Amino acid sequence: MRVAIYLAIKEILHNKGRFLLIGMIVALITTLVLFIAALAEGLGSGNREYIQKLNAELLVYQADVDLSISSSRLGRTKLAQVRRVPGVAAVGQIATSNSTIVMDGLEEPLDVSLIGVEPGAPGEVPALEGRQLGRSRANEVILDKRVVDLTGLRVGDVVTLKSIQGLEEKFFDLTVVGISDGRGFFLQPTLVLPYLTWDKVRPKGLTEGQSNGEFVSNLIAVKLINPAEWEAMIGVLEAQVADIEVVDRTTAYEATPGYSAQQSTLDTQRYFTFFIGILVVGGFFQIQTLQKVAQIGMLKAIGASTVTIAVASVTQIVATNAFGVMVGAAGSLLLSLSFPPTVPIVFTGDAVTAAVSALLLIGPLGGMVSVWLLLRVEPLTALGLAQ
Amino acid sequence: MQKVRQEVLSPESNTQENGRREVSTLHAAAMRGALASGVRLQGTAGRKPTQPEALQAVDVLKVYGEGANQVIAVNKINFAVHPGEFVGLVGPSGSGKTSMLAMLAGLLRPTSGSILIGGEDLTAMSEAERTRFRGRAIGFAFQANNLVPYLNALENVQLLLRLNGKLDKAGKERARELLVRLGLEGRLKNYPGQLSGGQQQRVAIARALIHEPRVVLADEPTASLDTERASQVVETFAQLIHEQQRAGIMVTHDLRMCRYVDRVIQMVDGKINRVLSARAEIDALANSGVH
Repeated sequence: MRVAIYLAIKEILHNKGRFLLIGMIVALITTLVLFIAALAEGLGSGNREYIQKLNAELLVYQADVDLSISSSRLGRTKLAQVRRVPGVAAVGQIATSNSTIVMDGLEEPLDVSLIGVEPGAPGEVPALEGRQLGRSRANEVILDKRVVDLTGLRVGDVVTLKSIQGLEEKFFDLTVVGISDGRGFFLQPTLVLPYLTWDKVRPKGLTEGQSNGEFVSNLIAVKLINPAEWEAMIGVLEAQVADIEVVDRTTAYEATPGYSAQQSTLDTQRYFTFFIGILVVGGFFQIQTLQKVAQIGMLKAIGASTVTIAVASVTQIVATNAFGVMVGAAGSLLLSLSFPPTVPIVFTGDAVTAAVSALLLIGPLGGMVSVWLLLRVEPLTALGLAQ
Repeated sequence: MQKVRQEVLSPESNTQENGRREVSTLHAAAMRGALASGVRLQGTAGRKPTQPEALQAVDVLKVYGEGANQVIAVNKINFAVHPGEFVGLVGPSGSGKTSMLAMLAGLLRPTSGSILIGGEDLTAMSEAERTRFRGRAIGFAFQANNLVPYLNALENVQLLLRLNGKLDKAGKERARELLVRLGLEGRLKNYPGQLSGGQQQRVAIARALIHEPRVVLADEPTASLDTERASQVVETFAQLIHEQQRAGIMVTHDLRMCRYVDRVIQMVDGKINRVLSARAEIDALANSGVH
């Protein structure tokens, strides 16, 4: 074993340029894989964060809208029916829309998702800084952390929203009472406000007025007494309340338009890059092995065992690959620091660990063929008799 | 080469059979085979006749191919080499000398017959056992690809000690001394690519001898050298073999190099054609030039 590692290190040091080259190729592949993973995470979380982190187990949609949030309409009557189902702990209406933040210092107005919730009910986001929403009609708002990153707004500031209502541009001032963690929705940063205030400030059509009667939301968030029974409760709710469709959070955000297509596209890119990495590393070591057949035959002839030769080769493959992955990972993380917050690149510990672990397998997987070739080299090659 | 007429044992059955044999039986067989073929087992008549053989080839047969395509490369050959004896194995292309060398080295399994080195039967060993045995008991100098390109001259010589787990301080010093003895004092840290062909072969000779093997085998070690360098290399090789009491066998096309050997075994069509032991006969062959 010691001889094998000695031979491996000696060869790497003697051919630094060659091994550095393949190491840098692995580093570039690592960078590409990590950025695609970070982009997938950034775009994915920007799309799903609000629903993924919701303080409710189930989401209720109007039936037959194919889980389209914007098409779903659920009134207070439905809310009351859901609340009465045994096993339901709490319910809250969730209404979604879009608006634009206008403020001095922004290069251009910032498009945001407006989410109307019932203060204190499921659907409201936790204020990590400041306080929760007060009354249903209060001109208050909790900002998603992304809004803070992009605008610099703090608790106590006033945020101005511009909405088109009818044919007019209307401006509404809301006080920032709290700041939550990342709660992106529909690839936009989020403002969470009391549902009646939401109804007042949201964009509206020409004939659409204020809701004077029953408040209509898009979703109902359902918190269960026993969260572990969520699967059974889907059936119970759908059986006891007419014209609704109930799903868990994961199903809900995966049904978000474009979410699955986007994620599968990014995953495909990631897997293909990974596969290309295996081929590149495998090709490099295979060519190197073929160039060394006579030398390997000589080593076997003078008494180096097959295990020694194989361990030396695997050591080189693993060391070169690990070097490339580490350089690529460090470079990617440093590079990401220079990106503006508008770029949806998110490096999470889990995603980076998973990607780096997979990338560390590139070498061994790619090098399998070359090790197999090594094992088949006859020591007779040293005498030119292998044929 | 000639077509096979007799039945040939499979390598497996041959190995099992040979594994059961006693070494003394093999020696007796070698004697019988040698007598039958009219070939003397010893080199020069009277040269250290009391020393036990370092290497013995007993009825060694090597057949390539099967059925109508069978070709005999080595046909029931018997000979022995003593410690301190340097033997030249010569013959035209296709005479079977490289196949013979490969079998002596344990790189190729004979179709039948036995190869004994220090009394141990190579043909009864497994592949892994033969690999370990080669590293321990056999020294090699090849025609090409002789040295590890990423190890310097000293490291190349020390490699055999590393493979045998014997790279201690004394071993390191011995490797250095051997290279100095071979005129490479200023080249110890040079890589093979920085050495001339003659210097590379001298490093290879040092590597072939450093682990004190019983047998040293050389396959055309001077093929890439000019006559003057080739002579220097083989002369040094012969001196070291004699001094260190190794059994040396050199396959060569260049009959001029035979002037440094103690005995010449000439092969033709897989058989021993003649054996030259007398100095005058050997010198006459050496003066006849290249095969």
